[in-house]
Amino acid sequence: MVKEIERAGLPVVHMCTIVPISLTVGANRIVPTVSIPHPLGNPLMTPADEKELRRRLVRKALRALETEIHGQVVFDK
Amino acid sequence: MSNQKFKVVHYLNQFYGGIGGEDKAGHLPEERAGALGPGQALQSALGTDAEIVATVICGDGYFAENLDVALQSVISMIKAHAPDLVVTGPAFNAGRYGVACGAVAKAVFEELHVPVVSGMYHENPGVEMYRRYAYMVKTGNSAADMRKAIPAIANLVKALGKREEVTPETHAYIPQGLRKNYFHAERGAKRAVDMLVAKVNAQPFVTEYPMPHFDRVAPNMPIADARKAKIALVTSGGIVPKGNPDHIESSSASRYGKYDIQGVSDLMPETYATAHGGYDPVYANLDSDRVLPVDVLREMEQAGEIGVLHRYFYTTVGNGTSVANCAAFAKEFVHELINEGVQAVILTST
Repeated sequence: MVKEIERAGLPVVHMCTIVPISLTVGANRIVPTVSIPHPLGNPLMTPADEKELRRRLVRKALRALETEIHGQVVFDK
Repeated sequence: MSNQKFKVVHYLNQFYGGIGGEDKAGHLPEERAGALGPGQALQSALGTDAEIVATVICGDGYFAENLDVALQSVISMIKAHAPDLVVTGPAFNAGRYGVACGAVAKAVFEELHVPVVSGMYHENPGVEMYRRYAYMVKTGNSAADMRKAIPAIANLVKALGKREEVTPETHAYIPQGLRKNYFHAERGAKRAVDMLVAKVNAQPFVTEYPMPHFDRVAPNMPIADARKAKIALVTSGGIVPKGNPDHIESSSASRYGKYDIQGVSDLMPETYATAHGGYDPVYANLDSDRVLPVDVLREMEQAGEIGVLHRYFYTTVGNGTSVANCAAFAKEFVHELINEGVQAVILTST
């Protein structure tokens, strides 16, 4: 899906936990996430902390969408 | 080795190892003596030529999320048995399992220097990543193919154990991308001209070097400013309105859903859930924002951090769903996104 969205002309960021699969599939902008069953959350945290974690990850994704790249980039910082 | 049984260690995930389903995907590596699960069928297919001395089991989730630690402990368990050969899987089209089977194969190949036999569906990401390190028997896309996969794996194991010559053609494994030198009866120039003549005459011919198929799409230009952009959410994590109104399949999905989230500021357990069958759904069912971050994007929209969150999200189940299906879904809906002025997409996967 990520490749077809990119091919059609829209910048797309892939938020996923297994980065090697994303690289193999051919995503260009990749943001690593927390865990397979809860990529954008962590049930061990308090609801407030968990939401803050999610906010940070989504912000990272937005920064990835604003960044010019020339190949596959994993935004892990 | 020719007169005695050779020793095989088998790697399985928590499911085939009989530990449990997705709720046990966090299972830590452990070993059992002898053959287990599909290993028992493999052992009988191997007959007296080989003995599965141990089975190492690890949960797919644990392996994927703790790659280095998991691999280290799996390899040390395998190593302790000094096997002549290692079998991983078969993994069919299970993505995490395929990657684990491949990663184990690579480590065995590099550290133990013994051959590894596995089995996967050609679209499994483990194939592209690790085919160089294992003899991967081509399998169907689900465990329904176990009946055919086991004899093929046994065949390869026996041949490799006896140090027989194997090729992708004779032993039905996925080409490893390795080049082997040999003397051909005819020189290259003649073979090339023969192929060309055949081609010109529309006769069949077999290329000696199939071009690798790299389907890469160059990244698009970034959005200038997220604060002014219309952003859409897409997921392969199977988030749907509770009750799954379009009956998206829990695996090998044949359809996707498009759902209106106008006015929705938080995905509640009463109204949203996941249809995905390949991971433990408990966390997503309690709070689907953990997969599809509608809550924080809605807040960011109000705070002006993004322009607009697109009114619809698109969703399917990535579990064992063919690449062809996923590509077709996105090809179809991406035009709707463009027509509706979406400028960027956040795609989440589990």
